[in-house]
Amino acid sequence: METSDVIQLALIGISQGCGYALVAIGFVFIYRATEIINFAHGELMMLGAFMVLTFAQIWGLNFWLSACLGILSLGVFGYLLDAVVMRRIVGESQAIIFILTVAIALMLRSLAGIIWGWSPRSLDVPFMQDVQIGGIVLGMDRIAIILGTILLCALLYWFFSRTRTGLAIQASSQSQLAAYYSRIPVKRLISVVWAIAAMVAAVAGLMMAPVTQVDTGMSAFGIKAFAGAVVGGFGSIPGALLGCLLIGLAEPFLDFFFPAFKGVYAYIIMLVVLFIRPEGLIPQTFAKKV
Amino acid sequence: MSALLDVRNVETFYGPIMAIAGVSLAVNAGQIVTVLGANGAGKSTLLKTISGAIDCRKGQVLFEDKEIQNRDPDVVAARGIGHVPEGRDVFPFMTVEENLLIGAYGRGDRDAVKRDFETVYQYFPDLKTKKHDRAGFLSGGQQQMLAIGRAFMGRPRLMLLDEPSLGLAPLLTQTIFQIIRRINGEQGVAVLLVEQNAHAALEVAEHGFIMEVGRIVMDAPSPELMASDDVKEFYLGQSSEGIRGERRWKKRKTWR
Ligand SMILES: Nc1ncnc2c1ncn2[C@@H]1O[C@H](COP(=O)(O)OP(=O)(O)O)[C@@H](O)[C@H]1O
Ligand SMILES: [Mg+2]
Repeated sequence: METSDVIQLALIGISQGCGYALVAIGFVFIYRATEIINFAHGELMMLGAFMVLTFAQIWGLNFWLSACLGILSLGVFGYLLDAVVMRRIVGESQAIIFILTVAIALMLRSLAGIIWGWSPRSLDVPFMQDVQIGGIVLGMDRIAIILGTILLCALLYWFFSRTRTGLAIQASSQSQLAAYYSRIPVKRLISVVWAIAAMVAAVAGLMMAPVTQVDTGMSAFGIKAFAGAVVGGFGSIPGALLGCLLIGLAEPFLDFFFPAFKGVYAYIIMLVVLFIRPEGLIPQTFAKKV
Repeated sequence: MSALLDVRNVETFYGPIMAIAGVSLAVNAGQIVTVLGANGAGKSTLLKTISGAIDCRKGQVLFEDKEIQNRDPDVVAARGIGHVPEGRDVFPFMTVEENLLIGAYGRGDRDAVKRDFETVYQYFPDLKTKKHDRAGFLSGGQQQMLAIGRAFMGRPRLMLLDEPSLGLAPLLTQTIFQIIRRINGEQGVAVLLVEQNAHAALEVAEHGFIMEVGRIVMDAPSPELMASDDVKEFYLGQSSEGIRGERRWKKRKTWR
């Protein structure tokens, strides 16, 4: 294996990890605000990609406009998903909530299949061309994922630590009752958290589309993102980022050297980490912000 | 003149269990009123019912002559009621300053909010020196100060204080109660103070209610309560928990 191959694989791995990370931080946001683990999060990512595809390739709108519309539409969808469905089951047992989110996942996948068909579609994005740096060819689509993730994380960090609404969401996640007593409209803000999480998932869907294609199978991404969040220490944002990057980075190398278990390394890593360090790499208690 | 807060015949349940059974009490503007009672008497439930954290099944809660029972707590808080919950419940991962800022959430008057920060720091100088520390790292007393400061930042006309002396050393309790009295006197905030520490509470309160297993069993001006034999025996006495519990059971009949 040559240096350039290592760099290629690393780039693929890191960008894949970034994609997982965007999905993972979405459900960590939701988990921290509501203690709901949303197993339909990969489906939200898939839906985001399909929406952008609809605006760009079916309606023929400009790509960037379609991207914005696609992300916004997922924001509305996430908000309504909470306001209309999830808010009603507050206080139900974890088992009921689990089954409900899984049911929503299955319904969304079927719905997507019915609307957009079951075969993969490709989404043409303006960042497809490869770049050559020092004799190594790098996929622009991969680089875009990494840059996009860094930008989005910075934006989210700013939002949660500097804006009034962001701080209020943090407060609601740390103590819902005390937040209520402080005049924070907790219910509405929880819906806003769902909206943000869905929009971040849509960005992941949009950015992963060029490398995975858009189809209903895309939602499986959510399970690997979940594995990444568990590896990092479920409930912690830095943990989710680290866990997802680790899994993303390890996957292509393990697939390359030991192809026997191709595709399931994310879960193997999760099991190994759970055996050695069940609380994850960065447990929630040490992750103070966001 | 009608009362600032008027609780009428309120009944609150946890599932099938009735936690408060037909409680009525009133707090006038600018007044400090205390509700005394042992663990499990239903004091916290009463405060939660007032602030909307729990719905009541029967009765009414009037604040400034408007019904507020069974509203969401953020709506009740916006009406002018600041709840300082049992066990402080500060936002542990946020700084002292951020906690206070959250307390002022929903207020538009930025300049006044800035002044209120200074007011809180004046009452609680400890908070000023720790303003960039995470609330979770503060001592119990400092967290209690922060919880009171946070509620104050909402500029309430009535503060509900749930056992502010819980787990604090006597000296610290005294300091905090003095500040409660100052906030009441200087800012005109009425206070409904729930306590097990009858001594400290009756000293600052004008009027006291005594609660037992979900009911108000006695109510009188503080000096009268302090002089009452029953109160002396069960709430101001030195006797241990076990003896107190037994005696209460025997004596309760005389109160009803
Ligand atoms: N969440 C709850 N679920 C069921 N019962 C509760 C709950 N909270 C309190 N109770 C019961 O209601 C009664 C009153 O409790 P509480 O209001 O906390 O009393 P206090 O604050 O005076 O100690 C107690 O018997 C307690 O066991
Ligand atoms: Mg209590």
